[in-house]
Amino acid sequence: MPESVQRRSGWGRVLIAVYAVFAVAATGRSSYQLIAQASEAPFPYALSALAAVVYVAATQGLAHEGDTWRNVAWAACGTELVGVLVVGTLSLADRDLFPDDTVWSAYGAGYGFFPLVLPFAGLAWLWRTRASG
Amino acid sequence: MDDTLRVVLTALSLLVALVALVYVVRDRSADRFLVGLVGVLFVGTLAQLVYGVSRLPDAEHDVHKVVFVLYLLGLVAVPPLAAWWARGEPSRAGAAVVVVAGLLVPFLLLRLDTLWSGGA
Repeated sequence: MPESVQRRSGWGRVLIAVYAVFAVAATGRSSYQLIAQASEAPFPYALSALAAVVYVAATQGLAHEGDTWRNVAWAACGTELVGVLVVGTLSLADRDLFPDDTVWSAYGAGYGFFPLVLPFAGLAWLWRTRASG
Repeated sequence: MDDTLRVVLTALSLLVALVALVYVVRDRSADRFLVGLVGVLFVGTLAQLVYGVSRLPDAEHDVHKVVFVLYLLGLVAVPPLAAWWARGEPSRAGAAVVVVAGLLVPFLLLRLDTLWSGGA
């Protein structure tokens, strides 16, 4: 089976479904924050927007065929992992920086720690379905 | 807002998730029966959409009406998208997609309730 087909079949399908939920949720949340409350907490809301872009890119990268999309998925899941670790740590270390929560605050505790687990699952799946040879 | 429909829908959705979980454990793909159950769930979410929108005029001032309606629309979108995504997968992972959807619906219903109470 070609690598690109493997990526979105089997358990990859579940992973893509969960990523899609986060993509929609993060996009919705960040659009609302930016439209309705942008001036209240610019830093967390900018991060929310970044998270939304990352989740959309990861979903697309995992779901579409081809090397380019796989690279998109690698980059998105990598950014996501760095994002959740850095933002998670910062949000606990310096609460003043975050007057409002982002999806990555406290390592995604507000979302059942899914945001922390997802990038590991995504990267593991990309590694497993990488082209051999 | 009357909680009856929300509670029934939550129970139905968790039931669908449970049945789908049994499929996963028994290594079965999402068949017509499971997709049929998702169809029943879809009808329930439609009812919730109609009811939710019909109650909008009674909403308190601090209810985020736009967000509330967006959540209702999202809720209605979950079952058909899950059925489509699950049926495209020949392995038990298809049934696992239904598990995800079955757990997502109660979460959205909970968010709807929070929004209705004036929360964000």
